[in-house]
Amino acid sequence: MKQLQANDTTTDYWEGFNGGDWQDSIDVRDFIQQNLVQYDGDESFLAGPTEATTTLNNKVMALKQQEREAGGVLDADNDVPATLTSHGPGYIEKDLEKIVGLQTDKPLKRAFMPYGGIRMAEDALEAYGFKTDPKMHQIFTEWRKTHNAGVFDVYTPDMRKARHYKIITGLPDAYGRGRIIPDLPRIALYGIDRLIQAKVTDHDNVGDGEMTDDVIRLREQIAEQVKALKGMKKMAASYGFDISKPAKTAQEAVQWVYFGYLAAVKTQNGAAMSVGRIDSFLDVFIQRDLDRGLIDEKQAQELIDQFVMKLRMVRFIRTTDYNDLFSGDPIWATLSMAGVGMDGRHHVNKTSFRVLKTLDNMGAAPEPNITLLWDKRLPDGFKRYASKVSIDSSTIQYENDSLMRNEWGTDYYGIACCVSAQPIAGGVQFFGARANMAKTVLYAINGGVDELGKAQVGPAAEPIKSEYIDYDDFMTKFDRQLSWVADVYVNALNAIHYMHDKYDYEAEQLCLKDSRLDYTFATGISGLSHATDSLSAIKYGHVKIIRDEDGIAVDFKADNDYPRYGNNDDRADNIAKMLVKKLFDKMNTHHLYHGAKLSTSVLTITSNVVYGKNTGTTPNGRQAGEPFSPGANPAYGAEQNGALASLLSTAKIPYKYARDGISNTFGVTPRTLGNDISSQEDTLVNMVDGYMENKGMHLNINVFNRDTLKDAQAHPEKYPTLTVRVSGYCVYFADLTKEQQDDVISRTYFEAM
Amino acid sequence: MKIFEQEQSSVAVAENTTPIGYVHSIETFGSVDGPGIRYVLFLQGCRMRCQFCHNPDTWNQGVGDELTADQVLADAERYKAFWGKQGGITTSGGEALLQIDFLIDLFKKAHAKGIKTCLDTCGQPFTRKQPWFGKFEELMRYTDVSLVDIKQINPREHKRLTGWSNENIFDMLSYMLENNKHVWIRHVLVPQRTDFDTELIQIGNYIKTIAPIVDKVEVLPYHTMGVSKYKELGIDYPLDGIEPPTQARVKNAEKLLHTTDYTNYKNYPNYPKA
Repeated sequence: MKQLQANDTTTDYWEGFNGGDWQDSIDVRDFIQQNLVQYDGDESFLAGPTEATTTLNNKVMALKQQEREAGGVLDADNDVPATLTSHGPGYIEKDLEKIVGLQTDKPLKRAFMPYGGIRMAEDALEAYGFKTDPKMHQIFTEWRKTHNAGVFDVYTPDMRKARHYKIITGLPDAYGRGRIIPDLPRIALYGIDRLIQAKVTDHDNVGDGEMTDDVIRLREQIAEQVKALKGMKKMAASYGFDISKPAKTAQEAVQWVYFGYLAAVKTQNGAAMSVGRIDSFLDVFIQRDLDRGLIDEKQAQELIDQFVMKLRMVRFIRTTDYNDLFSGDPIWATLSMAGVGMDGRHHVNKTSFRVLKTLDNMGAAPEPNITLLWDKRLPDGFKRYASKVSIDSSTIQYENDSLMRNEWGTDYYGIACCVSAQPIAGGVQFFGARANMAKTVLYAINGGVDELGKAQVGPAAEPIKSEYIDYDDFMTKFDRQLSWVADVYVNALNAIHYMHDKYDYEAEQLCLKDSRLDYTFATGISGLSHATDSLSAIKYGHVKIIRDEDGIAVDFKADNDYPRYGNNDDRADNIAKMLVKKLFDKMNTHHLYHGAKLSTSVLTITSNVVYGKNTGTTPNGRQAGEPFSPGANPAYGAEQNGALASLLSTAKIPYKYARDGISNTFGVTPRTLGNDISSQEDTLVNMVDGYMENKGMHLNINVFNRDTLKDAQAHPEKYPTLTVRVSGYCVYFADLTKEQQDDVISRTYFEAM
Repeated sequence: MKIFEQEQSSVAVAENTTPIGYVHSIETFGSVDGPGIRYVLFLQGCRMRCQFCHNPDTWNQGVGDELTADQVLADAERYKAFWGKQGGITTSGGEALLQIDFLIDLFKKAHAKGIKTCLDTCGQPFTRKQPWFGKFEELMRYTDVSLVDIKQINPREHKRLTGWSNENIFDMLSYMLENNKHVWIRHVLVPQRTDFDTELIQIGNYIKTIAPIVDKVEVLPYHTMGVSKYKELGIDYPLDGIEPPTQARVKNAEKLLHTTDYTNYKNYPNYPKA
């Protein structure tokens, strides 16, 4: 291990740290490798909230209540486009705040963010009773083009149709694509000046003067990043902090990291605004201050509590359409923790515990989206504490660390958005919503005619004309429709990401990453379970079509029973695997923007309700309009052999193709986990261990009784902090739409008899 | 439901001598049916007619899916990663002991593979008569722990509640005590039927007499989740109108049965710290 060099100007800041390559170049991972403080004990060292934290938290809770009573939005800007410095400093109660910084000048006031699309911004304001300043309207329609305007200038008629008839839904063509994890610790470790210096060097080294498209784009982007870094300094200065140099104390480290995050949420209303992975990093700073006697455990906890409190306050104003898809104001401030390093050391540290403790100190909350990178080798004390928190609050999701670490080739990755892994230093994902696989099944049967809209949407092909569906005939027709979906989908995304880079470039996040990045081209699948069971029904169940007067298949009758996805039965599960690979292969034949590498996901968030609403009756007996099962979950009621059989079906979907995540939302009643708390914890630990060992990728765990949810639906005031995990994110139950609440209540809850 | 149809083609046709199990259903995620996470095999057939039975669909004998021990274990082993150090397979029912030949084959083969076995029984078929008793002794050699219900202490009341006397059940527990076969004792708490202090005290006293083999005592509150099955089967529900016991009554029963005195289950391999 390298010693810190005496002549290094930053030595003061780095006093007490183990040296390494991280001193010579921007390399947070190496810093963590050299300085990691593992913790193998239990939660008994943790401290409760300070008085200041409790006072602040009560204020925030009261504001949230006011916000809910005001119909969802407390206050919103309508005449100031948000930038790093568009607003003066804002506070909850300045004297009590250890970590400062708000998106605007007032708590929970929402900023005006028109760059993704002015119409979206205007509709969002209008939905909550505000009106856009006419001047803003003029600027962003006449003078300054937005991302949304760019995309619609180039969309083809097929793309518009696919969007309109909802075979492809949720495309980020009118809002920020998000899913960028900034390497936030860079600010605390190096200070902004050093980061600017590195970016200037990168800029000098892009191209040799031959101005190709790629060189022009990257030089412009790095120039934007340098401006963003300078803007961050100004933003921090308005709060009285100089972040040009590294953080000297734990408090500064948390604050510097938070400023980096604040810069992101001040300027982008992305679909997901991840925090990344900061626990082992901050822990080094906290431990240094504890060792120096500068702080005690209570003060350490206070820093983490107040940092998390700020993450809970991030707000964007969004349209009602958007809320139908992603209900409850999610921002996916995803915070990834734990995991095991490439060298086999686990990364559990005391700050991982402190983050979980915030749920106890300040009550359960959906944000940040706490994600545990799970490996069998994590220490027992941590596994059990996490299980306990899951049982108490249902706020944790679990993801398979060894699967992701091996697939992405690094242990310094985080979860962007809900469940997708992303190398923090050098990876970025182009987010791409999802295609409706269940609807594609119906297009195959109906010759490309939309079953609800009754319009020719997919390629005009021969529909299935026989009374009973022949599997081979169906597959030929399905193949053709799926090729079309893949084509339209990928190319719509090519247009979207081109325009997003051009009109809504995320300089404030990307300035905290390497200049040369690896891009992932994310796509997604919805309705996988219903498509799978439909194909299985056709193959094994002898399915008869019932048509309406227009000849459109509106109902189906299976003569025989057939295997269903969710029972660990290869006959059905292999169909699911085949569908994922088939769509992936078809998409992979196309050009992908910016040399990105294709990936897909089986993940729906709450959009399973909307997708289901827009999809006709499917051959597996799911009625028109009924919600899809969420993510990669089996269809409701399909499971016959209990929870583990169901989990193992999901675990078979190959991560190799679905590298953006395969989400399973698991609901269980406390009594099903065991008769006492100790065995309940033990059951959860064994269950997660077993799932991961079988290559399961992601698990949302919800522990509560259906009756609790019913009561919460009837009396929301009794359950202000009841949170549920919904396919990749966490949400206050009270903030879901009635339909989504019904959907959550009707989901499979594994119950012991 | 058809259970693992996909395997039947790949497994050789069982020889005539291989016992066949009649299986009602499988629960892959049993966490209240013995130590740890368990693969629970609900076997078909029971002679008791307990008024509070929540599985009346398992009463009939000789029906259900026909499976060999090899087939069951091949399926169960797919869930091995979930079992940790304590989990394994549990046979329940119905009354598992009615298929004792199958159980012997299953548990013997499970042990050969290092799989932990748990027998959930009400003891009704127990007898010291041969050849059954010899078989039972063999089965016990391959059984790690048994879950035994004490439904009623009083033989006459027991008969009224279940249709059968309980004398042979206590005899089975005596055998287990003599041979150091460990058990979890369970009592289903049904208001107006099995929730009387005098009887709970008697049960508590009885358990003390077999304390060396009792690793855990559980009070299982009666629930109404089985009601719909009675409707489906067209059987009158014997406990119509009886509600689950209150939390206070459950606590009372736990006190009278001294549940906290029986903690040996915590000493099982790798049992977690409380």
